[in-house]
Formats: sequence, structure tokens, C-alpha cells
Amino acid sequence: MRSLAAGIFGFVFGLGLIVAGMTDPARVLAFLAVADIWTGAWDPTLAFVMIGAITVAAPAFAIARRKTVAVLGDPIALPDRRPIDVRLLGGAALFGLGWGLAGVCPGPALVLVGNDGLSALLFVASLLAGGWIADVLLAVLRRFRTGVHHAA
Amino acid sequence: MAGSIEALAGGALIGTAAAGLLLVNGRIAGISGILARAVRPGAAPWQWAFVGGLIAAGLAGRLSGIAAPPAFALTPMPTLIAAGLIVGIGTRIGSGCTSGHGVCGLANLSPRSAVATLVFMTVAAAAVFVTRHL
Repeated sequence: MRSLAAGIFGFVFGLGLIVAGMTDPARVLAFLAVADIWTGAWDPTLAFVMIGAITVAAPAFAIARRKTVAVLGDPIALPDRRPIDVRLLGGAALFGLGWGLAGVCPGPALVLVGNDGLSALLFVASLLAGGWIADVLLAVLRRFRTGVHHAA
Repeated sequence: MAGSIEALAGGALIGTAAAGLLLVNGRIAGISGILARAVRPGAAPWQWAFVGGLIAAGLAGRLSGIAAPPAFALTPMPTLIAAGLIVGIGTRIGSGCTSGHGVCGLANLSPRSAVATLVFMTVAAAAVFVTRHL
């Protein structure tokens, strides 16, 4: 039941990305090309994707903040809303760089695996490899930090 | 503007899926996080199901002929790999992507996600500016 529900929500999410135009890297890059506002060529339409999504999802989050258990019985675990640290800023900046280079973020990349095939698979494989590299880097950094503390 | 209605409707579908996963499964529709956990040992079946649903949507689009335009045709392969690596590293370190921070985080009125979204949108816009104009 959990998997069936999650599968349907994944499918609906993917349809939304297609309908919205998020799976077309050319559209995404045209939206990100804010400097084109001076030439009148800027395409701001993708901003409506976020407006539509947040308008629908916000009431659900408002409900979730008052509930502890989901419909299927699992606990509702909302992420921490506070810590704004170097890690968050650096990670977000790197993600933005990659997104601006290719015009695809992880969701559309997965939809494109079903749609476009090989090149999308290559992108997703690189994405997973990047996650693994980050895990190793974070572990090394953690060890280095504790080492420094011991030395001091 | 052409495409505004589609963007709004697509966004509403995305919001519906995020709301459903939250209230029915109790989970955040953060795609980078779900994908990362799906490929680790001990992954939960729902994580695979969600990823499978996303891929199935692409397949359905392709089969029904309303497929997205040839997506990566314009992106050279080394750029694709480099971008994938950077997105993978960034989303892991920053704990989220457009879906987790941009949609779910903002819908949850999270200052942390608002800052992350502002940063990745700004850097993405800067990256596009540099590749197009410099």
C-alpha cells in the first residue's frame, strides 16, 4: 500500500514536471537567463510552476505540522526549518551551478530517463556518483575536524 | 505569456503529489534525497516506487506522443557528466534540490529552504549568464 501510494505520487509528480515544461532543458535555461530581461527575451513562465506547486502543497504542510501520523500510519517527520549554515549555502550554490550548466535538476532527470533514455541515464549516474563523492568528502572532513579537536 | 497556464497546471500536479506523499506516506517529496536512499542498502520499497513513478511518467509521455522535446540533444556529454556530478555533490551537501527545498521547504515556510532556494536560483542564473555571455 505504501509503495502503491508512493508510485502514484511519483507518477503524478512526473506528469506535473512534463506538463509544466520542467523536463525541457531549453525552457529551464531560458527561465534562468534572467539577464535577457533587458532584451525582452526572458521567459519567466516557469515561475508559475513554483507558484502552482506551493499554493497546493502549503495547506498540506500546515496540516502536517499539526499532525504526527500520516494516513497509512507512518510518523510525519518534517525536516528542521532552522539551521542556515555554511554546508547549506555551499551545497545549494554547487547545486545551482550544476543546474545552470545542464538545465536539469534531479526530478526532471528521472522523468527523462523514461523519456529520453541514455543521456538522461548518464546524467543520473553522474548525479549518484556525485552524491557518493560528497559522502566521502563529508566523512574525511568530519575526521579532520575531530582530529583538530584532539590536537587542541 | 505562452505556457503560463501549463506551468501553473503542472505546478499544481507537482504540489498535489508532494501533498499526497506528505499526508498519506508521511514523507517529504525531496527527489535527490529519495533517489540517494533508494540506491543504498536497506532502501525502502516506497522509495523505489516513487522513483519508478517518475520514470514511468516520462515513459508514458513518450508513448502517448506528448513527450518533452529532445532534452539533452544540445548538451555535450562532458558537460552532462560534469553537471551531474556537481548536482550530486551539491544536493547531498545542501540536503535538497528544487523539489525538497524549492517546493516542499517553501510550502513548509522553512527559512532554511528559502535561503537554499535563493542561493541555488541565483547561482544557476549566474552560471547561465556566464556560459551565454562571457
